[in-house]
Amino acid sequence: MAEVIFFFAAAVALAGAFGTVILRNPFYSVLALVSHLLGLAALFLLLRAEFVAAAQVIVYAGAVMVLYVFVVAYVGGQDRPLSPRHGPGMRAVALLFSGALLVEFAIAILGSGLSVLDKEGAGFFPAFGSPGEMGKLFLTQFLLAFEIASLLLLVAAVGAVILARRRAGLDDPRELSVADLLRSPEDGTLTDAERGSLQEAAGPPGR
Amino acid sequence: MSITWYLCVSAIVFCTGVGGVLTRKNPLVVLLSLELMLNAANLALVAFARAHGNQEGQVFALIVMVVAACEVAVGLGLIVALFRRRLPIDVDELRELQG
Repeated sequence: MAEVIFFFAAAVALAGAFGTVILRNPFYSVLALVSHLLGLAALFLLLRAEFVAAAQVIVYAGAVMVLYVFVVAYVGGQDRPLSPRHGPGMRAVALLFSGALLVEFAIAILGSGLSVLDKEGAGFFPAFGSPGEMGKLFLTQFLLAFEIASLLLLVAAVGAVILARRRAGLDDPRELSVADLLRSPEDGTLTDAERGSLQEAAGPPGR
Repeated sequence: MSITWYLCVSAIVFCTGVGGVLTRKNPLVVLLSLELMLNAANLALVAFARAHGNQEGQVFALIVMVVAACEVAVGLGLIVALFRRRLPIDVDELRELQG
């Protein structure tokens, strides 16, 4: 039974991966990646990683992919030809490189001679990979990694908001800077600043 | 199923991601291919955790997922900023750092 589930999930994951790379429309690429992630979550379940599988479905296939879908809908999926300028030469080199990498991985995996790889895996206790065990590890042995990950998420969220905020060009007089707010009331009233910020919040016309 | 099968799937997915990063021109699809590579690494980590029977590889996989989420947030922010400045959404034409 496990073999059937494995081959089905692996086929879904591989088809999703190929579809992500091959499909022209970025929107379809995102949908192919979602199916890839679901297949991968089934593989995680087969490997007794319940919590990782649940996080994969909820965080990746749920939250991150929704972000992708919104950005694709905003930017618009341009149907550009695959490689018009550099021609098929560079593309052939790229495919050759990834093929060579695959051959190298195959040699490394199949020729490693590690005895653990030929078995189904070491023995495990019933709660292996459950959320409770993961939480225990995160709050005891890997507490520093956990805290650094939370800090990294905070930095990334602030950075994404700053990068994607609505802004006009640098020489646009409507741009509101901190210096405007600190200016004394003689050479600029607060209503000017407020009008500027309102215009900035409304965004440049036409977009 | 022996662990080797999982590692083979992981290797194929990783090489697919490498091919996508190298051949595609849309930065959105390049980011998606990077996700493929990170997920392949995750699969290998979880497979080795199962092979050795301890859960530290799964913790590592979760941390990798956090890093991937951060990378996606910043990368998509960059793409939205490019689109707002009416720059071409094409990695071959974006060859200068100067805004």
